[in-house]
Amino acid sequence: MKKWMQFVVLITSVSSAGALLASGGGGEEGGGRQLPPVANAKWKAECSSCHMLYHPGLLPERSWQKMMGGLDRHFGENAGLDAPTRDEIARFLAANSADKLDNRRSQRINQSIPASAVPLRISETAYFKDKHNEISPSTYKRKSIASPANCAACHQGAEKGDFSESLVKIPR
Amino acid sequence: MRNALILSGLLISQHVLAATPQELLQQYGAQARQENAAFAGFSADRGANFFRTARTHSDGQKVSCSTCHTADPRNQGKTRASKVIEPMAPTASPQRFTDPAKVEKWFGRNCKDVLERACTAQEKGDFIQYLVNVK
Repeated sequence: MKKWMQFVVLITSVSSAGALLASGGGGEEGGGRQLPPVANAKWKAECSSCHMLYHPGLLPERSWQKMMGGLDRHFGENAGLDAPTRDEIARFLAANSADKLDNRRSQRINQSIPASAVPLRISETAYFKDKHNEISPSTYKRKSIASPANCAACHQGAEKGDFSESLVKIPR
Repeated sequence: MRNALILSGLLISQHVLAATPQELLQQYGAQARQENAAFAGFSADRGANFFRTARTHSDGQKVSCSTCHTADPRNQGKTRASKVIEPMAPTASPQRFTDPAKVEKWFGRNCKDVLERACTAQEKGDFIQYLVNVK
């Protein structure tokens, strides 16, 4: 083959291989990698006034149950709700919790939590710590981030349940 | 209990319709009169004071309304989880004090957070009067 044709074949093969490898999104092996979109009007209205909207697939049902049973002491603040609203949100969270969803991230979060543990903080799960082990404590103290609870500061798709690495942008 | 029922009745009846800050002040005025026969109206100055007073909690922490809402109610505030809070003053956020249920919900929570008790109708009215007067 002529030299230039060899070159074109080489470039084409490398590009195709690269494209195939990069298309990692994946829906082929059971659940996809990202959390599925979920919606509930009361959840959105009541659970994102003070912090970003945390997808129910980030914690197991027992964690949500414990949280919804103690809203008057919600991480040091009173987040009390009337019983019907609280119950509806609790049902929604339970139905879409990490132990119910089949996407890979929820599965991994769930498996990283010992059966006897009932974490309220996503950031205290082994999965979270492992995924963030390259982030120094001082990074979290940046004014633009403030704490590990502020997922949306770095994860641009956080409120949609999309924590893919390609959407991570750590602010200064 | 009776006062709570009266206020709930008033609030429920108002819930479907948007209210105005003036209507809310009237409702709280009615309740304040129930709570204290010597009620003499609301004061923006008292409300301003109420807004800024730093209170020391039973756990030693110092908190005031300004902790999250900042000292100037025309500014955006920030929750402890870094979420932006729209300004409290209607001059900056016109939808403030137009939803009685929402107002009561947040008084219910934030009074317990800041004062470690429920607010009186007097305090609620003074607070709203102050914010309504902010230019």
